[in-house]
Amino acid sequence: MPTPKVKFNETAAKGEILEIKTMIDHDMESGQRKDKDGKLIPRKIVNKFICTLNGKELFHAEMHGAVSANPATNFFITATESGTMEFKWFDDDGSVYAISRQLTVN
Amino acid sequence: MSQDVNSDLSRRGVLLGMGAGAAALALMPSVAHATREEANDAFAKLTGGAKPQAGKVTLKLPEIAENGNTVPFTVVVDNPMTEANYVKAIHVMAEGNPAPGVVSYFLQPTGKAEVYGRMRLAKTQDVRAVAVLSDGSAWEGKKEVKVTIGGCGG
Amino acid sequence: MKTSLIALAALFVALAGSAAQADPPFDPKDPKMAPYISGDKRSGYTFAEPETRAMQDDEFLNPASLWVEKGEALWTKPDGKANRSCSSCHGKAEDNMKGVGSVYPKYDIHAGTVINLEQRINMCREKHMAATPWKYESEPLLAMTTFVKMQSRGMPVQVQIDGPAVSYFENGRRFYYERRGMNDLACKHCHEDNWGNHVRTELLSQGMTNGFPTYRLKWQKLGSLHRRLAGCNEEIRAEPYPLGSREYVDLELYLAWRAQGLQVETPSVRK
Ligand code: HEC
Ligand code: HEC
Repeated sequence: MPTPKVKFNETAAKGEILEIKTMIDHDMESGQRKDKDGKLIPRKIVNKFICTLNGKELFHAEMHGAVSANPATNFFITATESGTMEFKWFDDDGSVYAISRQLTVN
Repeated sequence: MSQDVNSDLSRRGVLLGMGAGAAALALMPSVAHATREEANDAFAKLTGGAKPQAGKVTLKLPEIAENGNTVPFTVVVDNPMTEANYVKAIHVMAEGNPAPGVVSYFLQPTGKAEVYGRMRLAKTQDVRAVAVLSDGSAWEGKKEVKVTIGGCGG
Repeated sequence: MKTSLIALAALFVALAGSAAQADPPFDPKDPKMAPYISGDKRSGYTFAEPETRAMQDDEFLNPASLWVEKGEALWTKPDGKANRSCSSCHGKAEDNMKGVGSVYPKYDIHAGTVINLEQRINMCREKHMAATPWKYESEPLLAMTTFVKMQSRGMPVQVQIDGPAVSYFENGRRFYYERRGMNDLACKHCHEDNWGNHVRTELLSQGMTNGFPTYRLKWQKLGSLHRRLAGCNEEIRAEPYPLGSREYVDLELYLAWRAQGLQVETPSVRK
């Protein structure tokens, strides 16, 4: 079971630009590799990542088979309001891996 | 200098009778690599038809990727992130991969227009990034990466 | 004999001249490199491209940190018939596992032989937790080994090679200098005689072990030293030994002695 990891400055001053660093352990099987018998290994990747604050989208990514295993996605937001940051990764097999963090803006 | 390091490697592998290099390549799927045209088409779809202009977009990538399986990259777009004018999307593409699309980022008017990720590169090639702004214009940056070992094999 | 000489010459000489790859920038006087050098010994870190080093340096870029967190969670998770966790007996890893990983492999009186850290962890699982040992190279064993070893980060590798460890050490040393495989090469040919040169397109390091378990860009995964050794054996088309085998543990002891003085870097990131 993949366990995501998220890091940012959780207490920030209003207007501060925050770097959000995220990572999740996942093989990102590209669908282009062959097994020992020459059969194509079916694709199984995290195809989408989304970050919201209080339900509002801040950032999302759509990934393909060329994203390396254990994908890292880092981006920036401006600290405007306190609330719940939610991070979700969507697997080809329908699984959703989620983690949330409180952001406090003074 | 612009030689294809991988084909070079396989030739040497065969010449030297060293199995490992050639064997690694043999594991690669026999899928044709994307052409520049295919990449252009794919970009056109993503940008809603806007033809990308050169500029604004900087792709930071290693000069030499030590292994094609994990190549770290940063895309920086020289543009504000205000409601009135912001970067809506950044599309990253690797022309020399079997499928050119790597990842698309969709941004909001917040923070700054900079993203970090890691990609697989099958061989030495140009990596391209196109930024689509809120006014509909599209901007492109690209960078050549030399890949020591293709992102295939065990 | 003659063919092996030709193979060697072709391997190192013809390819050293290759313009396809330059050495990564390395300045031995750079104070940032000091922790990665000890006398003539250089960690694999000093042979890595700056982007790879950056990935190792930042916990939130280093993908191995995903496994470290799994190891940390396992540390306090009760398991086995005894329903005990590592922390039931060892308390806080930060306090009680400091300086433990840096002295392995070591002679263990209960086992009556030299064992590595993976085997020591599994001994605790069997003996003290009545739990099944974790499979070599399995996610939990890699995660726990990394978590324990990491508690010694920054401490010098320091193994005992005298007393009861002597014969194991000698076996390891013999392995290191023995030619094997279709290419008839010993570890020494690459990591002692040719570090700084290229083999095919790869820049050779001194083959130091202070960063293991390591996250390899190629594997896109955390992996053990023994997996790497098997790879180095296959590279020269020699039969690899099973992970966790006597041969590899002895070799691991010799390699740890070679790396003696270098700081534990676990989890390192390598190409
Ligand atoms: C019931 C108590 C108990 C539990 C539970 C236990 N251990 Fe131990 N462990 C010991 C004892 C006692 C020793 C040292 C004595 C010996 O050699 O057996 C030891 C030794 C060790 C050592 C070697 C220390 C050194 O200085 O060389 C390591 C590493 C270790 N344990 C890790 C673990 C891990 C990881 C776990 C959980 C998976 C664990 N132990 C669970 C009792 C325990
Ligand atoms: C044909 C040359 C060759 C031989 C022979 C060889 N290796 Fe390697 N080894 C490599 C290459 C190439 C690498 C990856 C680049 C580097 O770190 O040198 C490597 C990497 C390593 C590493 C990882 C270093 C790090 O910083 O993580 C270790 C440890 C290692 N080898 C040990 C050995 C041992 C032990 C043997 C003998 C059983 C051996 N190698 C034989 C080519 C070789």
